[in-house]
Amino acid sequence: MSLIEVDRLGRSFVVRRRAGRFRREAHTVHAVRDLSFTVEPGEMVGYIGPNGAGKSTTIKMLTGILVPTAGRLRVAGIDPSRDRVALTRRIGVVFGQRTTLWWDLPLRDSFALLRRIYRVDAARFRRNVDTFTELLDLGDLLDTPVRQLSLGQRMRGDIAAALLHDPEILYLDEPTIGLDVVSKGRLREFLRTLNAERGVTLLLTTHDLQDIEQLCSRVMVIDHGSLVYDGALHQLHARSESTRTLVVDLVDEADPIDVPGATVRRVEGPRQWLSFPADRSAAPLVAAVAAAYDVADLSIAEPDIEDVITRIYAHGVPGGQQAGLSHDAGATPGVPR
Amino acid sequence: MLYAAVAARAFRRYSTYTAATLAGIFTNSVFGVIIAFTYLAVWRQNPSAGGYDARDALTWCWLAQALIMPVAIWGGGATDELAERIRTGDVAIDLYRPVGLLGWWLASDLGRAAYHLITRGAAPMVVGALLFDLRMPATLGAALGFAIAVLLAVVVSFALRMLVACSAFWLLDQNGVKNLAAAAATFCSGLVVPLVLFPAGWQEVLVRLPWAAYLQVPVDIWLGHRSGVDLLLGLALQLFWAVVLLAACRLVLAAAGRKVVVQGG
Amino acid sequence: MADALATVRRNPLSGALWGLRAYLILARMWVRVSLSYRASFAALTAGQFLITGLDFVGIVVMFTNVDTLGGFGLPEVAFLYAGSGLCLGLADLALGNIERLGARIRTGSFDAMMVRPVPLYAQACADEFSLRRLGRIAQSMAVLVWSVVVLDLAWTPLKVLAVAGMLVCGTTIFLAVFTLGAAFQFWTTDGSEAANAFTYGGNTLTQYPLTIYPAQLVKVLTFVVPLAFVNWYPSLYVLDRPDPLGLPAALQFASPVAALALTLLARLAWHRGVRRYRSTGS
Repeated sequence: MSLIEVDRLGRSFVVRRRAGRFRREAHTVHAVRDLSFTVEPGEMVGYIGPNGAGKSTTIKMLTGILVPTAGRLRVAGIDPSRDRVALTRRIGVVFGQRTTLWWDLPLRDSFALLRRIYRVDAARFRRNVDTFTELLDLGDLLDTPVRQLSLGQRMRGDIAAALLHDPEILYLDEPTIGLDVVSKGRLREFLRTLNAERGVTLLLTTHDLQDIEQLCSRVMVIDHGSLVYDGALHQLHARSESTRTLVVDLVDEADPIDVPGATVRRVEGPRQWLSFPADRSAAPLVAAVAAAYDVADLSIAEPDIEDVITRIYAHGVPGGQQAGLSHDAGATPGVPR
Repeated sequence: MLYAAVAARAFRRYSTYTAATLAGIFTNSVFGVIIAFTYLAVWRQNPSAGGYDARDALTWCWLAQALIMPVAIWGGGATDELAERIRTGDVAIDLYRPVGLLGWWLASDLGRAAYHLITRGAAPMVVGALLFDLRMPATLGAALGFAIAVLLAVVVSFALRMLVACSAFWLLDQNGVKNLAAAAATFCSGLVVPLVLFPAGWQEVLVRLPWAAYLQVPVDIWLGHRSGVDLLLGLALQLFWAVVLLAACRLVLAAAGRKVVVQGG
Repeated sequence: MADALATVRRNPLSGALWGLRAYLILARMWVRVSLSYRASFAALTAGQFLITGLDFVGIVVMFTNVDTLGGFGLPEVAFLYAGSGLCLGLADLALGNIERLGARIRTGSFDAMMVRPVPLYAQACADEFSLRRLGRIAQSMAVLVWSVVVLDLAWTPLKVLAVAGMLVCGTTIFLAVFTLGAAFQFWTTDGSEAANAFTYGGNTLTQYPLTIYPAQLVKVLTFVVPLAFVNWYPSLYVLDRPDPLGLPAALQFASPVAALALTLLARLAWHRGVRRYRSTGS
């Protein structure tokens, strides 16, 4: 049994739209449609999609806030819509844009309150507080009321709070939003450690695709309520025809470089940008360029993931939607399920 | 003109709260009914208590419910936004032009008051008139005088609320002072019990306080108890308090400005 | 597998007890927070005492113009006033800021409540629990003591029981009304002020002898919106007054029935409200 089992999950809303002066037309909106996936313990999964795609609806169903209208959902063997309280003991949730802490309470008091609410035994609790205080650098902040914390500090406090009861799963909804680059980096480092050392399963929704790149080996892409990609991140590049860029600094200015397998995108003096398919190795290309031209220096830029995702949002995955829906590592790329 | 635009924008902003306005009208009407029966019981026992008759008392009751929100007797209005800006420190920018500041907030509050007058002022009055036998202004002069009196009441109320909001410059926030001010206003304006019912000694003091400008003056003009010279004297009392309190606001804002500069915002 | 079985076995009683314990834990924490700002807390409580006391001052002022109101003298009206005030005060104290549920839903803090292992009702009741509401309770108590001393009633054990019952049932009725007002906000998050008409309006209404209202209204307050059971009917018994409308004397002991009925209605409304929230997500 997987940790999270989602089977043909659906959630629709009836929206009443005005049709004419007085009549109201009922209109069914499928926020989530026929969603199926499983998550095993210890995975770090990214969950992305455009706004309104159904991300937060899915998270709300997984955490028991919203009740599904179709399909089957089990988290740690529990049905979230029927056993909310039992489920909440096994999960932690961090909402990026609003806090789960109490506004007027200092962090220390919030933590103490959570200990009693989650019924964590004193010794384990103290160890967790000490660990997370150190890892998340909360030492000076423990006596500050939440309302006086900056966004980054509050986020760290929220994460610590969500982990004090040793949940098996941690849901993070836009955790790096509004943070500066340094804080984002430190947060990602923390999450990696968390997953590696404590085996906490992570499900992360984000618009910051760097989060995905740095944290998640697996990414699910949702669009218009349906899963359009579920698999390894590196395969996503292959699927979406994304390109890498070879930046060549020639000794002297020259005409655009002509080598098989690459296209010149831009020329600025002696520097040229060549793009080539992301799933190919750069080595033969580098050798070919170096052999034919006087090269001063070169570097490789990884595919812009924004670009990748935008292509998927706009065009769907080449090869059809089914092409990406296999997260079994042994499956042959390109073979539909 | 700038101030007209500010008032219009405040009016528009408040008009988006439809559900809250409807809920408020409902509550005003329920309280109006309860209090109306209370007054009827008093005037049944004493038909000319305080120089009013039962019809006067009922009209007072419904006018009071109607004027609570426009005159902001319990506080609130545009000055709450100012208090919030003081709390967050955003006000430091505003303080560079203290004259403009007062006019700006007054215009905003008048826009809000206009919206509340049309909705939470008119609606309870209609309900009250349908359910009970109310007295309407007898002459055009009374109606006009009432209109001016309501405008002046809002200004006096604004000035007091402004002073309350400015307490946030010195205290943590305005809430403590705001509560006390609401209590004083509720009592001294006659919202708890009409001022005419108070014993003579109390009345003489209460009718000269700024809070008398909130309800007593406008309602007495509407009822015809203040006509001719008395009507003008009533407006003069309101005007007096408006001027004095606005001047106090200017002084307080100047002091606040100095404080902010010294503290560096 | 064991977890799957666990979800089937659900013990409502232990769930309710946990809810109560969690409520006390949360409430205690709020009290500690407010006491840490001691001066502000004292000022707010004193302020509440004064503000709620103004209502009674208003009644006293009325009585400088009349001798009786609806056939009741000042001490009797004071008794009614105090009963209603105590019941509202106790309910208000117990239920924190539950009337702000609409605001909580709009800002998303309700979702934060939903991911904690505590029954939602317990969390909503404990929300910003504050002892400053003791101000109203203290003020009503003072008026009650005054009225009892002045009235010089012939006390019997049954009458003492009736007063105790009035406080318990009246508070329960107001608890239910507050809860209904909060549940209403699952449907309209902005309509919170409408609930005030029934809670604070109900209090204002029952401060006076119900004889000042038309007979039909009193019947509505007895059989439809049973606010008359908060203090009026039990007080008729304690004050040795026959029912002015000629309604059966049995009503004077029927407060528990009204309290129970409203409690069941409130519970239903709350569950329906939560169900609606979980079906629409907003």
